Amino acid sequence: MARMTMIEAVRSAMDVSMAKDDNVVVFGEDVGYFGGVFRCTQGLQAKYGRTRCFDTPISESGIVGTAIGMAAYGLKPCVEIQFADYMYPAYDQLTQEAARIRYRSNGDFTCPIVVRMPTGGGIFGGQTHSQSPEALFTHVCGLKVIVPSNPYDAKGLLIAAIEDPDPVMFLEPKRLYNGPFDGHHERPVTPWSKHELGEVPDGHYTIPIGKAEVRRVGSAVTVVAYGTMVHVALAAAEDAGIDAEVIDLRSLLPLDLDTIVKSVAKTGRCVVVHEATLTSGFGAEVVALVQEHCFYHLEAPVVRVAGWDTPYPHAQEWDYFPGPGRVGRALAEVMEA
Amino acid sequence: MVDSARLSLHVPEPAVRPGGQPDFSNVKIAKAGSVPRPGVDVASEDIRDLAYSIIRVLNRDGEAVGPWAGSLSDEELLTGLRNMMKLRAFDARMLMAQRQGKTSFYMQHLGEEAVSCAFRKALKKGDMNFPTYRQAGLLIADDYPMVEMMNQIYSNESDPLHGRQLPIMYSSKEHGFFTISGNLATQYVQAVGWAMASAIKNDSRIAAAWIGDGSTAESDFHSALVFASTYKAPVILNIVNNQWAISTFQGIARGGSGTFAARGLGFGIPALRVDGNDYLAVHAVARWAAERARRNLGPTLIEHVTYRVGAHSTSDDPSAYRPKTESEAWPLGDPVLRLKKHLIVKGVWSEERHVQAEAEITDEVIEAQRQAEAHGTLHAGGKPSVRDIFEGVYAEMPAHIRRQRQKAGY
Ligand SMILES: Cc1ncc(C[n+]2csc(CCOP(=O)(O)OP(=O)(O)O)c2C)c(N)n1
Repeated sequence: MARMTMIEAVRSAMDVSMAKDDNVVVFGEDVGYFGGVFRCTQGLQAKYGRTRCFDTPISESGIVGTAIGMAAYGLKPCVEIQFADYMYPAYDQLTQEAARIRYRSNGDFTCPIVVRMPTGGGIFGGQTHSQSPEALFTHVCGLKVIVPSNPYDAKGLLIAAIEDPDPVMFLEPKRLYNGPFDGHHERPVTPWSKHELGEVPDGHYTIPIGKAEVRRVGSAVTVVAYGTMVHVALAAAEDAGIDAEVIDLRSLLPLDLDTIVKSVAKTGRCVVVHEATLTSGFGAEVVALVQEHCFYHLEAPVVRVAGWDTPYPHAQEWDYFPGPGRVGRALAEVMEA
Repeated sequence: MVDSARLSLHVPEPAVRPGGQPDFSNVKIAKAGSVPRPGVDVASEDIRDLAYSIIRVLNRDGEAVGPWAGSLSDEELLTGLRNMMKLRAFDARMLMAQRQGKTSFYMQHLGEEAVSCAFRKALKKGDMNFPTYRQAGLLIADDYPMVEMMNQIYSNESDPLHGRQLPIMYSSKEHGFFTISGNLATQYVQAVGWAMASAIKNDSRIAAAWIGDGSTAESDFHSALVFASTYKAPVILNIVNNQWAISTFQGIARGGSGTFAARGLGFGIPALRVDGNDYLAVHAVARWAAERARRNLGPTLIEHVTYRVGAHSTSDDPSAYRPKTESEAWPLGDPVLRLKKHLIVKGVWSEERHVQAEAEITDEVIEAQRQAEAHGTLHAGGKPSVRDIFEGVYAEMPAHIRRQRQKAGY
């Protein structure tokens, strides 16, 4: 077992998958020779050759469109969109094509592709390198949507995604690439090597898609989060000294409703946290489900903490996405109600 | 300082509008047999002229002439004629079925039958087409059962796609026909990906991409050309220029470039224009391109120059935007009549046999229709189960869809 950053874990997942199945191909902008702007694919071309890991033209619809064609042929493409912010030119291919090919052909053709993309803020990426577009995918039937929060999960979930028979959007919170982040931007990032979840097996393992994980057991309030916000929520619970249960969703579609319902039925209170903008964000879906399934257990209105309904600012990014302060205030609010 | 005039926007307009006299005098048509046939390993820059001319084999007298002639035997030509006639008869019946309310929508191929019927014969079993909606000839020419096509059009209980797709959006992996999308141009780049996969696996199968003249304006068309040329994918990039994109004439998407084929030249892709109403020419050019692809020489772009004689779809009224007699003025004639004449000139066909074949084919289509309608039409008879709505979104049904299915009572 080795300590890995999330970057290394993601790379290891592709490496293990490519070694196991020579139908797995990896491509995208700068992913071949150079290994990707975040180095997630470093070394794969050298190891597997130029026809299994290669650079593409800067054409996201081309990357996803060709991946779909390859999947129809029988390959298992795992492609990279350099930043989630640049998936929009491929949005048509993802939502109208990849998502529907199985359904519209009644299984005659399928689309087992994985589309990886670094998401979220906290690296001074400004409006065009910080977006969290998960809700644009969770609204699309036929796609699966995964957001890991640590290297161990990232590897196990990415291998599962590559082996999945359906198209999977794999959103990598880039703020977590090198270490967990507790939302205190003035505190240095603790590298994954000092963290339990940085421990990642070298070989093959999978984490089932559609299963959430309880990261912190508590009885006073349930905090539902995913990606970077799992760490922010954990920090907030510590700081506030609240007996919060923190659920890491890991997979947004399909969603592990049972784990959420079980927890909220126990705690009677719920706070949902994400860094994407509030309005029509994925949190709205979680709140609706909690309302539908846990109404008679609730002792306070469910509260959402999210990014503001503005584009992602460059200079004020620490004020933009939820930190432990905002999450802490929300926790206090639901505890008082 | 230069005293500049006021600017004005250029908006291309077709030569004539309804009420006017159709005029195709600006369409330059090369004489049959006059365009050279280069070796398949030719460089795109050495055949630039082929992107501006039109490859034709059948002359006015019904003879096959020039270097592109001779790619088919008499037997194959007779089959070709039959396939085109079948497609035409199929269209006529399904158009009528739509008018009778048996389905919601239909799109016909009138005038364009040669393109898909002849092209299919240049491909092999296992090759994959990524068609758009006017290539049903690929299925007919591959002997896909007409009853199945009709079941799909009627969305009945035997529809292979379980009523999920608009009529005519067929899918058949077995017959090399990728599931049709209503979103134009998306399939173009997917075809390139399929071809790249075949090359990655050192396979021998090739792909063919299909698009209309209007849809070449979509960015996916350009993405496809970039990927095809970058990786020299074994793909044939077809553009069916039938002059019209619903009410919009081809000059709107083409803009300043001389021809659609010329779009390939900037990518270093050998590009040819072919008389799309000439079964022999389409086949010969398709075969040339297929050979290039199979010999790992990369993509070929083919512009099929043809004319959409019918309406765009059953929701369209072409008399509102073009002269009613425009199709008669179309200088490349009718593909069925041209091949028929050729076969008669060759002495392997006759008027009598043609009339007889027409009757046989009509019977065949009517019989298929009878069988299909026994399984239901859109609003009457057998329907796919409501349960089918929920199946096949994913390989395995997730819990939230299962809950919804149960809520719906299934
Ligand atoms: C992305 C997209 N935009 C618009 C449409 C609506 N639409 C359907 S067919 C069509 C015209 C296509 O013309 P062309 O590509 O020339 O093909 P043709 O119908 O002439 O065969 C349009 C605009 C669509 N289906 N998809």
